[in-house]
Formats: sequence, structure tokens, C-alpha cells
Amino acid sequence: MLLLGGYTLAFYWAPEDADQGFSQKIFYLHVPIALTAYACFGWGAWKALRLLWTGDRRYDLESYTAVHMGVIFGLLTLVTGSIWAKISWGEWWTWGERQLVLFLILFLFYSSYFMLRYSTEAGPRRERNSAVYALFGVVLIPVSFLAVRIAGTILHPTVFTHEGANLPWQMLVCFLICLGGMLALAATLYRVELAGKRASVSLRELRELLA
Amino acid sequence: MIRARKLSKRFGDKRVIERLDLEVPRGGFVLVTGPNGSGKTTLLRLCAGLFAPTGGELEVDVPRGAIGFLAHEPLVYRELTPLENLDLYGRLYRLPERRERAGAMLERFGLWRVRNERAGTFSRGMLQRLALCRTFLHDPDLLLLDEPFDGLDVEGADLLHAELAERIGVTALVATHEPEALASRATARLAIA
Amino acid sequence: MSAYAGDVAALARKDLLLELRSRDTLPAMLLFVVSALTIFHFALPSGSSERAETGLLWIAIVFTALLGLSRAFAAEREQGLLDGLVLAPCDRSAIWLGKTIGVTLFLVLAEVVALPAFALFFHPLSWELVAAVALADIGIAAIGTLLAAIAAASRARELLLPLLFLPLAIPVVIGGVGASIAANPGTFLAFLGLYDAVFAILSWASFEYVVTE
Repeated sequence: MLLLGGYTLAFYWAPEDADQGFSQKIFYLHVPIALTAYACFGWGAWKALRLLWTGDRRYDLESYTAVHMGVIFGLLTLVTGSIWAKISWGEWWTWGERQLVLFLILFLFYSSYFMLRYSTEAGPRRERNSAVYALFGVVLIPVSFLAVRIAGTILHPTVFTHEGANLPWQMLVCFLICLGGMLALAATLYRVELAGKRASVSLRELRELLA
Repeated sequence: MIRARKLSKRFGDKRVIERLDLEVPRGGFVLVTGPNGSGKTTLLRLCAGLFAPTGGELEVDVPRGAIGFLAHEPLVYRELTPLENLDLYGRLYRLPERRERAGAMLERFGLWRVRNERAGTFSRGMLQRLALCRTFLHDPDLLLLDEPFDGLDVEGADLLHAELAERIGVTALVATHEPEALASRATARLAIA
Repeated sequence: MSAYAGDVAALARKDLLLELRSRDTLPAMLLFVVSALTIFHFALPSGSSERAETGLLWIAIVFTALLGLSRAFAAEREQGLLDGLVLAPCDRSAIWLGKTIGVTLFLVLAEVVALPAFALFFHPLSWELVAAVALADIGIAAIGTLLAAIAAASRARELLLPLLFLPLAIPVVIGGVGASIAANPGTFLAFLGLYDAVFAILSWASFEYVVTE
């Protein structure tokens, strides 16, 4: 499993060859991270839906871990995006960059998810509330995307338009490999964290049985 | 009607109910006794469906609309009058002729004269009577009563006894500090430590 | 179907009756929004654009709504009354709908005062702004009611409600401000309608899970 994570790093050096400029490299890092974050949030929402549908409490930990992964990758998205912005336009932050703004909104939303979890007592109530909120999050993604898009036409002029999908095929292949590697990394981290959480829960339950 | 096997309820780290077995047959009248904090209220709330068990099994063969639950709090809106309160609950419980039923209930518990005064002005005893009206309003098949005599004066207690006497055959699970008052009706007792 | 509508009507009536008798939420909202608008006047240097002023109106609306929402389940919370409603055989989503209708009405009443005050203090209103406010009210009330129920289960409910609410309110502000100042308000108004529809359905469907164990 961890080997797959290693693959990701290995493949980052491959795109250098097909590259035309330093700023381009960030693209291979930033966009896969962003897409992986979306995938994590989607996965978390799916697990949340399963929790509400079946009432099986195992899904709570899975949903929580997925959202946690999503937030980590979301934070990385903001950081790499900020670096990209600095390199490209000399500013650490710009409201014209739609992805960045969207991720800021999502980052705020999912941070509130954690506030929700920390301030509610563990139990069925917290699990359901978290699940419902996770579902709201995944619905917020397209809604915010749309919102930021229409805001861009009037309020904050978009500074930079992404290159179209007419990438040369070498770049596309490299990009897909990076994406796959990033998703694998996320999946690995997810499994590791989930196992860790499950272990500590089992430990706690054992301790209580003995007490 | 109620069947519990190794029922457990835990709040965070606090274990309130631990592996409890309970069986209440149809028509049974079970008294639950125990010191404060022993889990009597939690047990009733589990049976009412307000809490979900954290362990074990619990089966209550009664639909929500046929349960009459008396909680520690009277569960009435203080800014509304008794009539308005019972009208609301009657509406939510889909009672036909809810106005008439509300009026009859208020009379039976001696609250008819204050039917148009805000519940916020009531004494503890009157609130308890109103809560009892709310509990019995829809003729429930299963009664879950948490300290029903709490706050009642002698007259109120008599009215409650009369009400229970009329409902022969109803199934009941009653948490109480004073089991002697209901001893004659009880078919079984459960002591929670 | 009509039983459901009857439940909703009874619950909404109950909330309005409670407010009429206790009079604690609506006057506070009215006073708050007018005070906020006054502070905004002093916060804006002279020569500020109309666009900036419009933006601040939307801020006032969002925070006034938060004030009202924090009181949304107050009676039920203080007296444990939510149990009484949850125990009833009616659909739990009816509780949400009844409460949302009440909250929307309070918001509208607050705006009946706020919007003329704004026109008086700052600049006249356009019909697009009013339409946007009306649409936004529905969305805010819909998610706010659900989030209030979520926050009620936590230890820090006064803190949690704004935290949960504000990220979700960002698209509403975008839609609202856009509709108020843009050349083509139709896009933004349509967006607000979409937001309302999507989040209202989601809130309606998930309320059951948030209010039971």
C-alpha cells in the first residue's frame, strides 16, 4: 500500500522532461491534489449517506476519516494554489482564481465540520449530525462552484483562464499518472488513519469491558 | 409489548444502563424503582424512542402515536393556554374531535377553570396535571410515566388514581420513588441499582 | 397529504402565537438591523460607492438572520419541548417546515423595517434587490432551521450555529449582491432560486435524522 504512495513521488520527476517552465510543474501537483480533495469529500458524503440509510455506526468513522483527508488535501490545495499564484502573478492570493476561492469556501465549511464534532458528545446524535453536515458539504461544492463562477463575471474579474484541455498528449499522460498516484496516496493515508482510529476505539471498548 | 435484552446505554464515558433485561407483557403494570441517577429516566426515554441504545436489543411493539410519555418536564408551552397546548398535541396526534377531548381531559384533572390562562402562570402541581392531560389525551396503549406523582397535591393524586383506574388493561412502565402508592396496581417490579 | 399540511400549519401557528405572546425575538431583530445599518454608515468613509453600501445591507441581513435563528428552537430547547414534538406520530420534517415558515416570516417582517431604513440612510432600492432579498430569505430560513437543530445538540450551540451557517451563506450573499448591482440580475436571481430549491429539499429530507437519536 505504502509503495503506491512512493510511486506518486517517483512520477513527479517524470513530467519535468515534458515541461516548459517551472510554473507548469505546480499544475501537476496542484490540480491532482484538488481533485483528490473533491474525491475525499465525495467519499465522506457517500459514507455519511450509508450511515443515515442503514444506521450502521461503522460508517461514522469512515465518513469522518474521509472528511479529514479531504480537509488535509484541501489545505494543500490552498497552499499549492497560493504558491502557483505567487509564481504566476506575483500575488499570494487573488480572488480571481476560481479554484482557490472555491476551496476557501469549502475549507471553511469543513473546518466547521470539525467544530461540530468536537463540541458534540460522542454518540448516535453526533454521528447523524456529522453525516447530515457532510451531505450538505458535498452539495455545496457544485453550488459554490456556480456561485463563484457567476460572481466572476461581475464582481471579481477573473484574472487568469486555465489552459484548455488541448494539452499535448505527453502532458496529459503525465497528469493522469500524477492524479492516479495522488488518489492512491489519499487512499493509503485513509486506510492508515481509519485503522488507527478503529484501533483506538476498540482499545477504549476493551478497557471499559474490563473496568 | 416491551422486550429488552442486555440493554445498555452510555453517554460518552458514563455508563447509565448496563445489560438490562426487561419484559413487559401486554396489560402489565411495571414499577421501576431505584435511587436518583440510577437510570430510571433513561430507561423510559429508551422505551419511548427518544434515545437509541448503545448496546443490546430493545423492542417496543407499539407505534409512536399509541405511547403516552410523561417526562420530568411537563412538555407544555408556557406561553400558551392549556386549551391551546392540548389543541396542538391533539392535532399532532390526529385526534378526531380534539377540542372536545381536550376539554374533557381538562375537566377530569380539574383544570377547566384555568383553561384560558397561560401555562406559565401555573404552579408546579397544576403543570403536572396539565402534563398528565397531555399524556392521556390520545388514549395511549402504552404508558411511560416518570415520577407521575411529582408535585401533585392530595387532590391531584386522587385524580391520577381515578384516571388510571378507568384505564384497565393498559400497559404501563412507571418510574417512581413511592412504589407503595401504586403497589395495588403493579404486576411486577424492577429495581435498578 | 392534507394531514401533513395540517401539522405544518398547526406548528407554524404555534410559533407565531408564541412570538406574539412573548415578543422577544422580533423586536430584537428589528433593533439589531437598524443599529447595524447605523454602524455601517459610520464604517463607510464618505464618497463610498452605492455598490459597497448594497454589500453591507446583505451583511446586515445575514447577521440579523443569525440572531433570529439562534432563537428558533429556544422554547423547545429551554423546556425540553422538542421531545414532545418528536414523540408525536407526525412526520418530523413537518416540524422543520413549520419552523422554517415561521423563521421566514420573521425575516420578512424584519426586512419590512430594514429595507425602508436602508433606503432612507443610503440610497433607494431597486425591485431586483427586493426580489433577491425575498429569495434569500427562503434559503437562509431553510438551512438555518436545520443547522439550529444540529447546533442544539452541541455543548457550544451559540458558537456553533454561526460557524455552521456562514460558509453556507456565502453563495446566498454572492447571489444577492450580484442581483442587486449587476446588469443582468436574472442570472443571480435564478441562482438564488436554485440554491433555495436544492438546500430546502436537502434540509427537509434530513431533518428527521438530526432531531432523533
